[in-house]
Amino acid sequence: MKPAPFDYVAPATIAEACQVLSEAGGGATVLAGGQTLMPLLNLRMSQPFIIVDINRIPDLKGITRADGGTRVGPVTRQADALADETLAAHLPVMVKALSHVGHYQTRNRGTVGGSVALGEPAAEMPATAVALGATIEVQSARGTRIVPADEFYLGPYMTVLEPDELVTAIHYPDWPSGHVMLFREVAQRPGDFALVGMVGALVADGGTISRAGIAWFGMGPTPIKARQAEAALVGQSLSGMDADAIAELAVADTAPFDDHHASAEYRRTVGKRIFARTLREALQVKEAA
Amino acid sequence: MSDHHIELTINGRRHVADVEGRMTLADMLRDDAGYTGVHLGCEHGVCGACTVIVDGRAVRSCLMLAAQADGAEVTTVEGLAEPDGTLHPVQQAMREEHALQCGFCTPGVVMTLAALTGGNEKPTEEALLGALSGHICRCTGYQGIRRAAKRLAAGTAGAAA
Repeated sequence: MKPAPFDYVAPATIAEACQVLSEAGGGATVLAGGQTLMPLLNLRMSQPFIIVDINRIPDLKGITRADGGTRVGPVTRQADALADETLAAHLPVMVKALSHVGHYQTRNRGTVGGSVALGEPAAEMPATAVALGATIEVQSARGTRIVPADEFYLGPYMTVLEPDELVTAIHYPDWPSGHVMLFREVAQRPGDFALVGMVGALVADGGTISRAGIAWFGMGPTPIKARQAEAALVGQSLSGMDADAIAELAVADTAPFDDHHASAEYRRTVGKRIFARTLREALQVKEAA
Repeated sequence: MSDHHIELTINGRRHVADVEGRMTLADMLRDDAGYTGVHLGCEHGVCGACTVIVDGRAVRSCLMLAAQADGAEVTTVEGLAEPDGTLHPVQQAMREEHALQCGFCTPGVVMTLAALTGGNEKPTEEALLGALSGHICRCTGYQGIRRAAKRLAAGTAGAAA
């Protein structure tokens, strides 16, 4: 048996799960889809005393329309979200991003909320939440709070979640119909962690960009919002925009590292290229429409 | 350390077990239930050899706890062929296309393709080939496996030998 011993509990309600987390005083770990936690347990890099399996809590599953947006239950499987008609209609960029999460086999088990809550810096789901302006609903025995996604991530696998807290929903606000989606990822093989990636959306009315939400993944310790580029894009005309200059600004907000897959310099160079190219392609589509 | 009484269906047969919380589904299938066609390679979700079908979906059995499979319907590679030995269409296609050499990765590959082709909807070639990215094979160079997947997408498994 690979993992170190732990107690396994599978509560049926959010309240029960919060109670267990509260009583465990930091010794418990939440198990959602398990596609990251299980490897960590098998390698004994994680040795919690208690595993709180939230897969048997019906209230944490499913995708619904709520409050002018889309509410995603955290234990919604990535495969189910990928095939979801509500997401396809309202947030096509989510669907595009989901198609790059792990592999077919891991998406069958992995969850949207698990990925959002974990905060792997090269993962698609945290960056998508940040780019689109999602908010994360968090519950504990102490109460409920709502955290904007761009304030949720502190570092690699580090978030503002306290040990007794559970993500209970991710709320994606609507973007106006006709918004342009942006997505590009560079990885060594399909399903590998992204070396560099960007995700987001643009709104252009009458040839002028009125709103932009864009975030990087694999470009620093957390998902990174391309704030300078977003600000520079607003007010630009589709035809007169200098995509290279905006890509330069976008990369200026990043903090990539060197690792054994790619150097920081490589990530910046590729990031700039894909950012400019993705913008150009998206705006061509918009202009043609 | 908690113990859990679980009841599930494996390859159509009811299976009852008492498992430690930390026991993976893969270990339970192999060591408790005896389905050693579930191969364990990396045990952290990368290689795909341990892929089985749980409630209709191909998943890594090393990335699930046995306790989580309580009430589930599990199919391993042992559950695919007919009782008289007639191969499942995926196995037949793999055989016809020489899609295995050492055979270590094969059960996982077969279960992924079986899950995708087992539903009412016919999967596209793209979907089948894409799903193969979740498996590592060190012998075949993948070409035989790709041909088997293409044959399944075209619906010609067993049509030629």
